[in-house]
Amino acid sequence: MDAAPLIEMIDIQKVYEMGDTQVRANDGITLKIHQGEFVAIVGKSGSGKSTLMNIIGALDTPTSGKYILNGQDVSKMKGDYLAEIRNKMIGFVFQQYNLLPKQNLLENVSLPLLYAGMSEGKRKKRALEVLEKVGIGDKWRNQPNQLSGGQQQRVSIARALAGRPSLILADEPTGALDSRTSREVLDLLKELNREGNTIILITHDNSIAAEAKRVVRIMDGKITFDGKVENYKATIKEGEEEHEPDTGI
Amino acid sequence: MNPIQVFKLSWSSIISHKMRSFLTMLGMIIGVASVIIMVSLMQGMTQEMISSFGSMGVNNVTVTLMGRNGDIIITEKDMYAYAKKHKDTVKAVIPNVAFQTTVKGTADKLEGITVTGVDEKYAALNEKKVEKGSFISYMDVSNLEKTCVIGSYVDLRVFHQKAKVGDILKIDGEAYTIKGILKETANNVEWSDDNCIYIPYTTAARQANIGSITSYFFMAKDTGSVEKVTSDLNDYLYKIYHDKKFYSATNLIDMLKEINMQIGMMTALLAGIAGISLLVAGIGIMNIMLVSVTERTREIGIRKSLGAKKKDIMRQFVMEAGMTSGIGGIAGILLGAFASIQIGKLIGFNAAPSLSVVLVSFGISAGIGILFGYLPANKAAKLNPIEALRSE
Repeated sequence: MDAAPLIEMIDIQKVYEMGDTQVRANDGITLKIHQGEFVAIVGKSGSGKSTLMNIIGALDTPTSGKYILNGQDVSKMKGDYLAEIRNKMIGFVFQQYNLLPKQNLLENVSLPLLYAGMSEGKRKKRALEVLEKVGIGDKWRNQPNQLSGGQQQRVSIARALAGRPSLILADEPTGALDSRTSREVLDLLKELNREGNTIILITHDNSIAAEAKRVVRIMDGKITFDGKVENYKATIKEGEEEHEPDTGI
Repeated sequence: MNPIQVFKLSWSSIISHKMRSFLTMLGMIIGVASVIIMVSLMQGMTQEMISSFGSMGVNNVTVTLMGRNGDIIITEKDMYAYAKKHKDTVKAVIPNVAFQTTVKGTADKLEGITVTGVDEKYAALNEKKVEKGSFISYMDVSNLEKTCVIGSYVDLRVFHQKAKVGDILKIDGEAYTIKGILKETANNVEWSDDNCIYIPYTTAARQANIGSITSYFFMAKDTGSVEKVTSDLNDYLYKIYHDKKFYSATNLIDMLKEINMQIGMMTALLAGIAGISLLVAGIGIMNIMLVSVTERTREIGIRKSLGAKKKDIMRQFVMEAGMTSGIGGIAGILLGAFASIQIGKLIGFNAAPSLSVVLVSFGISAGIGILFGYLPANKAAKLNPIEALRSE
């Protein structure tokens, strides 16, 4: 592939001090993700996938190593610069939706645009556009708690899309949904990918990971598999069934 | 985010927690209202005192002559000449001869009433209106006539409102002919201007056994020239007596200044005590905001994950605190203004709060909110987004 990757991680280390002992949550992760990919990062709880997600999402920075997002070195950034990166380049979709309960859908979806400094008129227009896109444009006046879980997750996807980010980072997006609505959300993500959005899906569930085009498996802070989803499915069939209820983020 | 957006954000947060916002404001409302009431009542009272001083004669300079070894030297003619010579600053001079005595009319007698000796110009200078008859004339003064002008209260008490011009009023046993009856000015109450008897000062001096007149009122042209009149008179009298212990020339301005200062100090003290409640209200706001930050940790996490910068979060919380206390301040101002006007009406003077008090109170209340909102806002702004998102 000739084009510069969207994400380039070189030997990422993240070390937590737990009293006297050091915990290497990420231990030398090197990873490239290109524009337009649909990557699942899969791993058990405690494998280091959440730590990796936080670093990719510019919520945290690595102890050492280099993380280049869209040509910018994010690994040494701090506070407000990271906030700017999150605002401009990343759209988060969380397991618990993380919508503001006292605000209506329109206000919720407008939030990243508000912090981007967009004018009220433009915010409203764009927010309605993305709500329309995820199929709940008619409900923009409602508050999140008036919606089903699946609908709330659609709102959070709309919010992730609103700022036209380089990357959509979905953290267990189906973790709180039943199988039917999970299907709908996954189909929506697939559709967004077909339209050219880069999507990274974090999950503990192999069957969810199998929905992506490429799978990166993390175990004990290291990448133990990185390849096409077909190849990954083959490795699972060989035996090592990874199924374990996750506790959350 | 621009200020209008921050404002809208904070406003929506305040109205989505109506009860809590109201309770937070309550401290500020009570604090500001009490400051407004205290200051307004004190200011109203001061105004009332100053205006009553005005009617007592802030424009007057009182000259008292002790005389050198009993020799007064200066006569009323000298004083009249002096007033004429200084007519650019002095409006008039009035000999002050007054004594307390008992008077008796057709219906009743009155004890302990003040009889004031005056000249023919007194009525005009002091805006006394004669209802029936006329005022003391120049001839009455120069001929030492036993004539008098009575106030309406005297008419009421001594003549049961049946006094006529030409009736006889006995002052300390001496018969005086009533020349005029003054118009009622203050509902005939005992301590008002309606309780008065005027006789020619020459007659008064004789009646009171005063050989020479020792006290004069010099009326200044206006309040601004009172001090000049006082110092001019002091200079003039010093040239005659060569010693300050033989005379005095004083005015009420100095006394008024002193009283003003005292009232100012008292106002400051009362406002200070009421101000402590503003401080308490500020601490209350800080408490609620700190609780609110803890309660809304997840919200802050969400905002941060979507790209809110430190200053965005900071501004939101500071604005929220400032607005909460500002709104409380406005409510307090309205409540305080209403209460002080009502109390003023009850007591009987104007206690409407002045614009400066209103502006200062509003400024202080909003300022306290911002000041005490700063700490919680800073706590919110410093939250780690990962941990904040994880909180429930």
